[in-house]
Amino acid sequence: MLNRLVKRFYRQPVVLALFAFCIGSVLWFVDLTTASRISYNEQEKLQSTLAEVLSNHPYDNNLAPTKNTLYDEVIQQTRTIYTASLNGIHSATIISAMAADGYAGQIELLVGISAKGNIVGVRVIQHQETPGLGDDIELRRSNWILSFNGKNINTPIVWAVKRDGGTFDQFTGATITPRAVVNAVRKTLIFYDAHQHEIFSRL
Amino acid sequence: MSTQSEISIPGIFSERLWSGNAALVQLLGLCPLLAVSNTMVNGLSLGLATVMTLVIANISVSSTRHWLLYEIRIPVFVLLIAGIVTSIGMIMNAWVHELYLQLGIFIPLIITNCAILARAESFASRNPVVISAIDGFSTGCGFALVLITLGAIRELIGNGTVFADAHLLFGPIARHWTIQIGDSYPGLLIAILPPGAFILLGLLIALKNWLEQPPG
Repeated sequence: MLNRLVKRFYRQPVVLALFAFCIGSVLWFVDLTTASRISYNEQEKLQSTLAEVLSNHPYDNNLAPTKNTLYDEVIQQTRTIYTASLNGIHSATIISAMAADGYAGQIELLVGISAKGNIVGVRVIQHQETPGLGDDIELRRSNWILSFNGKNINTPIVWAVKRDGGTFDQFTGATITPRAVVNAVRKTLIFYDAHQHEIFSRL
Repeated sequence: MSTQSEISIPGIFSERLWSGNAALVQLLGLCPLLAVSNTMVNGLSLGLATVMTLVIANISVSSTRHWLLYEIRIPVFVLLIAGIVTSIGMIMNAWVHELYLQLGIFIPLIITNCAILARAESFASRNPVVISAIDGFSTGCGFALVLITLGAIRELIGNGTVFADAHLLFGPIARHWTIQIGDSYPGLLIAILPPGAFILLGLLIALKNWLEQPPG
């Protein structure tokens, strides 16, 4: 009786380990077969997003390999930077931005700035804003995000939504989301202004 | 319900799809059900992933049931289900990347759908492989049908469309499959938001109960 119990006691970890090993092997195999395609997908996704930010701007280099990072001491976060060039001459910079003061969670953005310091494109990468209200920051929902094009750190003078005395539209029923995006873009321009030399010296 | 002689395949289907539906009657797996049913395509995609998980989980549990020790069955089931869902997640990430990004956290969260553990424990660990596979498939279909119905209703009320973004699942040919009611429909936002999910699921359950109430 005791002997059987002991035997059973020993078998439990063995069976559990056997299952863990088999399942682990399957996972290893699936990972092996999908990993290259997954990283390819992620690269493709990144490429197409970067290309979208610069869709109105000429450049002829591959953007993804120009990835660089630079610390922004104002917002105390590290920003990712991509640089675009045309015929070997610097043509634009794409800088990642993060708005933590949205309605729900963080809003991740990419801001494209031309060599002259004008915004050439802004896109939202990820957000959890309320569907139907705050998600008008996405281009597939509205053209609002295009209202940044052509702006720079000096124009408009007041970088804010209309309710705060600025020039950017807010949405019906949602001011917090566009306000957060406008602020994040403004801070990115300030960052660009302060770090231009560092950004260019890494080219 | 588990002695061999009582089981008939049509009986399994009608029980899992309707009279004992995992979502409408047992109210299992409500977290993914309520969170992902905001559009029909999301509902369909999560439904398909859940059907696959249930079938594979039931087959694996059933085929190993003779040398699985009773005391450690729950950790083994959880391990199995987690492994299956993780694999499905990786495969979706590789082949339907856009859809994977849209469903996001809810793919790994299939693991926490207790309907799957319930089938493994109460059915697959006591029945032969084929019948367990059928059980998994029909339970999954019952769950998926509710997801799709709820998704379609919420999308219709909330956005005024049905089957938008179908290309994420079916490729570029499906871009025009969206049905839109009127250009000027403003959309009733609450249907898309979490409260709308609760309200509409409640109405679906009420409708099912009303259909089933004995005449007179």
